[in-house]
Amino acid sequence: MSDSPTILEVEGLSKYFGGIKAIDNVDLDIRQGEIVALIGPNGAGKTTFFNCLTGIYKPTAGDIKLSDPRNGKSTRLNGKKPNKITEIGMARTFQNIRLFPTMSVLENVMIGRHCRTKSLIFGAITRNKATRIEEAQIIERSYEILKKVGLHRQVNEQARNLSYGAQRRLEIGRALATEPFLLLLDEPAAGMNPKETEALVALIREICAEGHSILLIEHDMKLVMTLSDRIFVMDYGKKIAQGTPVEVRENPAVIKAYLGEDVDA
Amino acid sequence: MFPVKELKRSALISLWFAFLTFPIMVIKVDPIERIVHWRWDNMFFIAFGSFVLSILAKVFMIQKERRASRKKRKIAAEPLIQRIAREPRFLYPLVVACFAFGVSFPFLFSTYQTNIMTTALMYVVLGLGLNIVVGVAGLLDLGYVAFYAVGAYSYALLNLNFDMGFWAVLPIGGLLAAFLGVILGFPVLRLRGDYLAIVTLGFGEIIRLVLENWNAFSQGPSGIANIPRPGFFGMEMTFAGGITYIYYIVLVLVVITIFVVNRLQNSRLGRAWLALREDEIACQAMGIDKTKTKLIAFSLGAFWAGFVGVLFAAKTTFVNPASFTFLESAIILSIVVLGGMGSIIGVIVGALILILLPEYLRALSEYRMLAFGAILVIMMVFKPEGIISNVRRSYKFKGTNTPEGEIHE
Amino acid sequence: MDYFIELLFGGLTRGSIYALIALGYTMVYGIIGLINFAHGEIYMIGAFTSFIVATVLSIYGFPLLAIVVIAAVAAAVWSSAYGFTVEKLAYRPLRKAPRLAPLISAIGMSIFLQNYVLLAQTSDFLPFPELIPEFAFMEPVAHIVGSSDMVILVTTAVVMVALTCLIKFTKIGKAMRATAQDKTMAVLVGVNVDRVISATFIIGSALAAIGGLLIASHIGQINFYIGFLAGIKAFTAAVLGGIGSIPGAVLGSLVLGLTESFATGYISSDYEDVFAFSLLVLILIFKPSGLLGKAETKKV
Ligand SMILES: Nc1ncnc2c1ncn2[C@@H]1O[C@H](COP(=O)(O)OP(=O)(O)O)[C@@H](O)[C@H]1O
Ligand SMILES: [Mg+2]
Repeated sequence: MSDSPTILEVEGLSKYFGGIKAIDNVDLDIRQGEIVALIGPNGAGKTTFFNCLTGIYKPTAGDIKLSDPRNGKSTRLNGKKPNKITEIGMARTFQNIRLFPTMSVLENVMIGRHCRTKSLIFGAITRNKATRIEEAQIIERSYEILKKVGLHRQVNEQARNLSYGAQRRLEIGRALATEPFLLLLDEPAAGMNPKETEALVALIREICAEGHSILLIEHDMKLVMTLSDRIFVMDYGKKIAQGTPVEVRENPAVIKAYLGEDVDA
Repeated sequence: MFPVKELKRSALISLWFAFLTFPIMVIKVDPIERIVHWRWDNMFFIAFGSFVLSILAKVFMIQKERRASRKKRKIAAEPLIQRIAREPRFLYPLVVACFAFGVSFPFLFSTYQTNIMTTALMYVVLGLGLNIVVGVAGLLDLGYVAFYAVGAYSYALLNLNFDMGFWAVLPIGGLLAAFLGVILGFPVLRLRGDYLAIVTLGFGEIIRLVLENWNAFSQGPSGIANIPRPGFFGMEMTFAGGITYIYYIVLVLVVITIFVVNRLQNSRLGRAWLALREDEIACQAMGIDKTKTKLIAFSLGAFWAGFVGVLFAAKTTFVNPASFTFLESAIILSIVVLGGMGSIIGVIVGALILILLPEYLRALSEYRMLAFGAILVIMMVFKPEGIISNVRRSYKFKGTNTPEGEIHE
Repeated sequence: MDYFIELLFGGLTRGSIYALIALGYTMVYGIIGLINFAHGEIYMIGAFTSFIVATVLSIYGFPLLAIVVIAAVAAAVWSSAYGFTVEKLAYRPLRKAPRLAPLISAIGMSIFLQNYVLLAQTSDFLPFPELIPEFAFMEPVAHIVGSSDMVILVTTAVVMVALTCLIKFTKIGKAMRATAQDKTMAVLVGVNVDRVISATFIIGSALAAIGGLLIASHIGQINFYIGFLAGIKAFTAAVLGGIGSIPGAVLGSLVLGLTESFATGYISSDYEDVFAFSLLVLILIFKPSGLLGKAETKKV
C-alpha cells in the first residue's frame, strides 16, 4: 500500500468561524486504494473538514491537492466549486442525510449521473437519438448501482419513505454514481442496527476492492478498527494523532480525548 | 356535531375582526365636504362573514388532519383529476377534446369572446413560462413582467424605428428577453431564495421606471400606439379576422409551450431543476452546476415572457409602462400557485379560472385583485401543492433484464 | 449652502421615516427569517387610520393636540392589531413550510390589504389634515428646515431610544434577543416563542404606524398604494444596514434617505425611485450582509 500514489494531500488546513477554530492547521494524506478513518469526539471539526475538502466551505488557510490515479493529473482544490470537485472525482455523503426526499430512489441516483452526461435544452426538447441513448444508459447504470447498495427492490419508492439505514446506503449509491476515485463518508453507520452495520462494512470493502479509495468519519470504533488502513484523530480542530489502528488505539493523547468513551467498544 | 368550544372561538374571532376592521370598513370621511359616513352595516357583514369563515377553516383543518392520518395508513386516495392525468386512457381523449374545443372556439363564439379567450391563453403561456422558473426550479421570480415588457417593447420599438414585422420580431423579442435573463440572472442567481425574489422585484420595477421616464427611448408614460397586428402573407384582414388570427397564433403557441415544457420537465435538465429545488447543497455535491442550471431555467422562463410580450403588443396594438407593474407579476404568480407549482395542467386550469372568471362575472371583477391576494395566502396555508398537484411522471424502472417480481415487492 | 442643508435635512427626514418602517422588517427578519412583504401595507393602514380618526375628530371640533394624540394612539393600536392578525393568519401556519411559502403568503397579504383599503375607502388621493403646526421659533430657518421635519426627527429619535430601552431592559425585549439568536435554545430556557413573535409584529407595526402618521402629515396626502413603495424602500434600508440588525436598520435608512435626497437634488428627480431600486439590487448582489450585518456560513 505504501508504494501507491498519494491521491489526496491536505496541508495546514484551517477553518475559523468568527473566533471558533473549527479546524486548526491539519495535515492529512490518502494513498490510492486505502481506507482511511477520521475520528474524534463530537464537535472536533471532522464534518467541517469534509466541507472544506468538497468546496462547501471556503478554508481560512491551507492547501488541498487531489490527484486522479487514473491519469495522474493533480489539481489544487482551493477555491473550486463543489460541483467542479465532484467532477474531478471526489464525492461525499452527508452526516445529516441530504437526499432529494420527494424524488424516487432511482432518480436520486440518476442525479449522481448528471456530471457524467451532457444533454441539455436541445436534447430535452427534440429527444434525439443521442439523448435517448444517454437517458437509457443513465437508468441502466443507476439501477446497477442500486443493486450494488442493495436498494434495487425499492427503486420506485420515494427516498423519504426509506428506512434510515437504507437512506444512508442510497446516499452512498448516489455518490458512487458520480464515478469518484475518492469517496468521503460522513458517519455512514450512524443510526444503523448491528446487522445493517455488518452489511455496510461488506459494502465499503466491496467499493474499495473496485478501486475506490475511502475517507470515512465514524464513531463506531469496531467498524473503524476493522476497516481502516490508517486513522487520523482530531480534537478541538487539531490533529492529535495518526497511524495504524493499533498505533492509534495505544496513543495516550487519543485515550485522553476519548476519556469516558470506551475505545474498544 | 360542532363543539360549543369551537363556536365560542368563532364568536371571539368575529368580534376581533369587527374591531379590527372598524376604522377602515365602518368610517368613511369626506375631508372636503367634512361629512362622516358611518357604515355600520359593514361591521355586521364582517362579523358574520368572519364567523362563518372561521368555522369553515376549522372544518377544513379537521378534515385535512383526518386525511393525513388516513394517508399514514396507506389508503391515500388520489384525487380524481390526478388519476385522470396519470392514466393515458383518460388523458388522451381529454386532451383531444380540449384541443378540438380550442380550435373551434372562434366559430362557436363571438369575436368579443375570442378576444377574451386569447388573453386567457396568453396567460396560460406566461404561467407555463413562469412555472419553469418558480414551479420546477423553485426560483421565486417577482420581476417576471420585466421580460414580458421587453418582448412588448421590442416589437413596438423595432416596428416604430425599423419598420420590422411581427414575425421577424417574435423570435427577437424572445431572445432579447432571454438575453436579459442571462445578464440579470448571472449575478443574482447565487442569492438565497428570498433575496432573489426581492432583487427580481427591484429589477422589474427599474425596467418599468426606465420605460416611464426615458421619453426619448420609449415615449414615456403615454406609450406607443398604432402597432400593427400580425400580417398574413401581406393580406389585408378585417378586424374580426385579425382577432381570430391572433387567437390561432396564441393557440399554437400554447400547444408548443405545453409540448416543450413537458419534455423539459422529463429530462436530465428537468431532473436537475427538481433536485435543485429540494436541496441545493446536495445538488452541488452531486456535481450539478447550480448557477448554470438555474440560469437556464431563468432565461427559458424569460424567453417565453418575451415571446408573449410581442404577441401582447400585436394584440392590443398599444403598449405603455402601466401594463407592466408588479401586480402583473403577482397575477402570473397567482396562476402558478393556484394551479399547482410544477404542474402543467394545474397552471392551465389556474390561468383559465383567474383570467376568465373576473371577465364573465363582472360583479366580481372589482374584487379581482383582492381575490388574487387572498388566493396566494389561502393556497399557501391550506393547499400549498395547488388545486392540481404536480403529476410528474417519475422514472418507473420497468426492469429490462430483471424478472418483474424482483423489482415490485 | 442653504440648498445643501435643505437637502441634508430632507434626507434625514426621509431617512427617519424609512427607519420607523425598516425596524419592523429587520425585527421580524431577525426573529423568523421572513421578509414581511405586507409590512408596507401595515404602514399604509396606520396612515389611513390616523387620517380617518384625525378627520373625524376635526369635523367634530376637537382641539389640535387631542387630535394628534388620539390619532397617533389609534394608528398604533390598529396597525398593531393588523400586524398581529396577519402573522397569525398568514405566517404562523407556515412556520415549518419551505422558505418561499411564507414569502408568497406575505405577498398575497400585501396585495389583499391594498385592495381591501381601496375597496373599503377609495382609490383617490386624500388630503391629510395638517397635524403639525408651523412653530414660531422655527421662523428664521423655515425656508430651509420645516417644522414638520423637526418634529419627525425628534419623534423618531425619541422612539428609537424607547425601542432600545425596551429591547435592552424589559423581559420581552430580552426574550426577543434570545429568540433572534437561537430559537431552539430560547425554547429550552423557557421563552414562549409564539408570544415573542407576536410581540415583534405588534411593536414593528406600531412603529410603522407612527411613521405613517408622520409622513402623511408631512406630505399632506395619502392613498392605498403608498405602502408598496415605502415598504420596498424601507426594506432596502434594512438590507443596506444589514437585515436583522436594529442599529443597521437606522443607519441604512439614514444613508438611503440622504442618498435619495442628494441624488434627486443634484442629479435628477425623474429617477428618484430608480436610485432606491438600483441600490437595493446592487447591495443584494454585492454585499447581502449589509453594512452592519455579519456574513454567516450556513451549517451543513
Ligand atoms: N457553519 C458554521 N458556522 C459556525 N460554526 C460552525 C459551522 N459549522 C461548524 N461549526 C462549528 O465547528 C465546530 C466543529 O463542528 P463539526 O465539524 O460539525 O464537528 P464534528 O463533525 O467533528 O462533530 C463546532 O463547534 C461547530 O459548532
Ligand atoms: Mg460531524
